[in-house]
Amino acid sequence: MTDPTTDVIQGTLDMLILKTLSLEPMHGFGIARRIEQISRGVFKVNPGSLMTAFQRLERDGLLDSEWRHTDNSRRAKFYRLSRAGRRRLEIETADWTRRAAAVARLLRTQA
Amino acid sequence: MSLWRQLTHGLRRLMRPAAVDQDIADEVDHYLEEAVAALLAEGVPAAEARRMVRLELGTASSVGEEARSYGWEQTVGVFLSDLRHAARQLRNNPGFTLVIAATLALGIGATTAIFSAVNPILFEPLPYPRAASVVMISDFGPGGAPQDTTFGTFLELIERSRSLDAAAVSKPWQPTMIGDAEPERLTGQRVSAGYFRALGVTPILGRDFQPSDDRPDGPRVAILSDALWRRRLGADGSVIGKEVTLDDKTFEVIGVMPGRFENVLAASAEIWAPLQYSTSLTPDGREWGHHLRMIARLRPGVGLDRARSELDVIARSPLAEFPRVPWASLKQGLVVNSLQHEVTRAVRPALVAVLGAVLFVLAIACVNVTNLLLARGAQRRGEFAMRSALGARPSRLTRQVLTESVLVAVLGGALGMLVAEAGVHALVALSPPGLPRLGAIRVDGAVFTFALVVTTLAGLLVGAVPALAASRADLQTALQQGSRRAAGGHQWTRRVLVVAEVALALVLLVSAGLLLRSIERLFAVDAGFDTTRLLTMQVQGSGRRLDSDAARLRFFEQILESVRKLPGVEAVALTSQLPLSGDRDGYGIRLDGQHDLKDVSGALRYAVTPGYLDTMRIPVRRGRALDARDVAGAPRAALVSESLAKRLLPDRDPLGQPIHFGPEEGPPYTIVGVIGDVKQTSLTIETDDAVYVAMPQWHWVDSVMTLVIRAHGDAASLTPAVRAAIWSVDRNQAIARVGTMDSLVARSEADRRFALILFEAFGLVALLLAATGIYGVLSGSVAERTREIGVRAALGASRLDILSLVARQGMVLMAVGMLIGVAGAVMASQALVTMLFGVSRLDPVTYGAVVLLLTLVSAVASAIPAWRAARVDPAITLRAE
Repeated sequence: MTDPTTDVIQGTLDMLILKTLSLEPMHGFGIARRIEQISRGVFKVNPGSLMTAFQRLERDGLLDSEWRHTDNSRRAKFYRLSRAGRRRLEIETADWTRRAAAVARLLRTQA
Repeated sequence: MSLWRQLTHGLRRLMRPAAVDQDIADEVDHYLEEAVAALLAEGVPAAEARRMVRLELGTASSVGEEARSYGWEQTVGVFLSDLRHAARQLRNNPGFTLVIAATLALGIGATTAIFSAVNPILFEPLPYPRAASVVMISDFGPGGAPQDTTFGTFLELIERSRSLDAAAVSKPWQPTMIGDAEPERLTGQRVSAGYFRALGVTPILGRDFQPSDDRPDGPRVAILSDALWRRRLGADGSVIGKEVTLDDKTFEVIGVMPGRFENVLAASAEIWAPLQYSTSLTPDGREWGHHLRMIARLRPGVGLDRARSELDVIARSPLAEFPRVPWASLKQGLVVNSLQHEVTRAVRPALVAVLGAVLFVLAIACVNVTNLLLARGAQRRGEFAMRSALGARPSRLTRQVLTESVLVAVLGGALGMLVAEAGVHALVALSPPGLPRLGAIRVDGAVFTFALVVTTLAGLLVGAVPALAASRADLQTALQQGSRRAAGGHQWTRRVLVVAEVALALVLLVSAGLLLRSIERLFAVDAGFDTTRLLTMQVQGSGRRLDSDAARLRFFEQILESVRKLPGVEAVALTSQLPLSGDRDGYGIRLDGQHDLKDVSGALRYAVTPGYLDTMRIPVRRGRALDARDVAGAPRAALVSESLAKRLLPDRDPLGQPIHFGPEEGPPYTIVGVIGDVKQTSLTIETDDAVYVAMPQWHWVDSVMTLVIRAHGDAASLTPAVRAAIWSVDRNQAIARVGTMDSLVARSEADRRFALILFEAFGLVALLLAATGIYGVLSGSVAERTREIGVRAALGASRLDILSLVARQGMVLMAVGMLIGVAGAVMASQALVTMLFGVSRLDPVTYGAVVLLLTLVSAVASAIPAWRAARVDPAITLRAE
C-alpha cells in the first residue's frame, strides 16, 4: 500500500494506450515506457496485459499495426491510431474528465 | 469493421497458428530486449539488467502465454485439440470404439425409428390448415361407446349449431371401375358437399363439390385422388369433364385432389362422390342409420370446450322442428373430439408403450456405454494423473472426457441414422393396418433433429459419470498403480449401473412376456368357427347386366357351381359379411307382435348360401341349418346365435318363434335353428348377436358377397384357380380382399402383434446388453483383483472358493437388479393394461419365467470371468509385482 507505483486502473489501460499513440506510432515497449514516464512512475505496465490490450484494440478497429525493421534490423511491431481510435480517444477523454471532476467534487464535500 | 477483424484475425490464428505464435513471440522478444537495452542505457550491467527484467516483467514464455490467451479462437482451439486427442484415443482402440458406437447406434437408431413413426401420429398436427379445429362428432351407442352418427343428427346439428364453420359426413364406398384395364374395385368415400372444405383442402384441378351436387338423384360427379388420376387416367391434364365408368354408371370427373392431400379418415380412398341423401327424413330410411362419420371445422375463436358444451346443450334439448328417432335420440349427448385424437385413438396405447420401451433400450445402451467408458477411464487413470500433474485443471479433464464421449456418440448417431432408416422401412412393413398416416412415416427434418438431440444428450449422459471420475482423479492415489481405494470407488459406480441395467432389462422382458402371453391367449380364443384352410375373397355382382335381384342371384349361384368343381375345394359358400374382416352390418330385430320401438335391438345380419355353416364349421345347437328348402318364395327361415336366443327369448323355446328383422316389410322370419356364437369384430370383443338368413330370402340380393372356400390343403394356393373360375362366369366383375382366414385373424390383432414384435426385439437387445454389462463389470473386477486372487490362491483358497467368490459377486448384482426390476415392472405394466388380454399384468408365470431367464443369462455372463479368476496362477501374479 505504501508502494507509490500501482498497476494501471482496470479499464483505463486502453485509454492510456490510445492517448500515447495519438502523438506518433510506437512499438510495445515504447508505449509502456511512455506511460510510465508521463505518469512519473505512478503506473506500471504489465507486458502481458499490454499485449492483450493491443490485440483487443486492434480487433476493435481502434489500432492498426505494421511490422517494421528497427535500426538494429530487428522485426518490431508498430501500432498506429486509426481514425476510429482517434474518435474513441476524444470520447473517452471527455468522459474521463467529467467523471474525474465529479469524483473530485464528491471527495471534497465528504471531507 | 471490428466484427470483420475479430473474424479474420481469429481465423488466421486458427488456420496458421505457427505464424501467429511466431509474431507474438517476436513481439515479446523485442519488448524484453528493449527493456534490457533501456536499463543498459542507464548504466546497469548486462547480467543485472537481464535479471531485473526477468524479475519485473517475466520471462518470454510467461509473457507470451498471457499474450496468446486473448481471443475467441482460443476456446475453439482448445476444443479442436480436445477433439484431435479424442479422435486419436478412439482410433487407437478400434475394438472399444466399435463396440461403443454400435451399442449407441442400436439405441439411437431404434429410438429414432420409433420416433419417426410416433411423431406424425401422436405429436405433429394433421396436415390441414388450423388442424386443431377439425373435430369429429359421434353419437353414443347402446353400450355407451361412441358410434357413427346418422344423417338426421347431422342435419339437425348443422342447422342449430353456431360453433361449426363447415361440417360433413362420409361413408365408405367401393365402386368397381371398368375401363381399358382389368376391372378394379376402388376404395372411395361418399361424402356430403362440405367434406373437403371441413378438412380445409381444395382440388388442384377442377372444382370442389357444391351443395347442388349433393341431393337425391343429383348429378353423378366424382373427384379423383392424385394416385388414381395417374394410375388409371395417365395424369391427363384435361380430365375435367371426362367420364369414368363406376359400377356400370358413368360419372363426370369434376376434380383431382393434390398429391400431398392426406385423407386421414380413409387413407386408401381414391375417389369421392356426393352422398346424395334425402333431407326429408323417413324413420326407416338409411338417413337414420348409424353409419356416417361426421367431421366439422370449428369457427375461428371457438375452442373444443365451447363446441362441446354447445353441442351438448343441443343434444339435450330436442326441438319439434327436428324430430328424432329413438335410436338417435342423443339422450346421452354427443362425443366431440379433435380429429387427430379420433384417428389415433386405436393405436395410441400401442405406440406409447413402444415409445416407452425404446426409451428403455436407449437407457440400457447408455448405461452400458457408461460402464465401458468407466472401465476405460480406470485404465487411463495414469494418463489423467499425468496431465493433472502437468497443470491441467479438473475442468479441462472433464471437458476432454466429455469431448470423447460426445464424439463417440456422434459416431454412434451416424451409424444410428442407418439403423433408423432400415428400422423405418421395417416399421412400415410391420405396421398394423389401422396405423394412420403411414405415408408420413419417414426420416425427415424433425426426425433428424430428434436424432441429433438424442445423440448429443446420450454423449453427454454417458460421459458425465466418467468425466466426474476423471476430474476427481487424485494425483496421489492415481499414481500408485493398482490403488485399492480408487478401484473400489469405480467398481461401486459400475455395480450400480449394472443393477440399473438388469432392472431395466427385466421391465422390458416382463412387458414383452405379458404381451406374448396375451397373444397366446388370444389365439386360443374360439372364434366360433374353424379358421384353418379357409380362403376368402369378395366378389362383386354389379353392372347393368346384373341389375335385378334374380340376375345377381343367378350370377352368384354360377360362381358357387364353378368354384365347387375345382380340385382341392372341400366346401364353398357365400356370405354377406365375413367374420374378423372389419365388416359390420346390423339391423333391428324384434319379436313379432311387439310394436314398441323401444324393443328394437340390433343383430348382425348374415345373408348366406346353405353350405355356409358346413363350410365355416359353425355348430348347430338346436333345430336345423339352412338348406335347399329356403328359397325365394318359401316361408322365411332364420337362424339365431345362442347369445341372441338367450337374450331375446330367455324363457321360451326359440324354435318356431316369428321375428321381424331388417326393413318392416313382408312376413316375419321363423326361427328354425340356434347355432354357435361367432366372433365378428375381433377375438377380444364379446360376441355380437347374429341372425342368419338364406340369401334368396333376404329383402334384397346384395351386390357384394364374400366367398368362403374350405380347402383340402393349402388355402392360399387355390387363389389363381378360384379367380379364373369367377372370371369364367363374368369377366367384368372385380375380386377384392383376397386372403386366408388365418391372415385375417392375425390382422385383426395386428396392433398387439405389432407391439409384441417390437417388445420382443427390444427385450432381446436389453437382455444382450445386460449380459455384456455383467460380463464387463465382472471381468474388469477380476482383472483389477488378479493380485488379490493370486494371494488368496497362494494362501490356500481352492479354485471353487475363487469361482464362487466372483460368481457370487455377479449374482448379488443380479438379485438386487431383479428386485428393483420387478418393482419397476409392476408399475410399468400399468401402461400396458389396455393391450393385455386374458392375462393379469401381475401374471406370476411371466414374472417367474423372466426372472429365470435373466438368472440363466447372467449365470453364463458371470461364469466366464469367474472361470478366468479360478485359473489365476498365484506364482505368475505374484512374480509380476
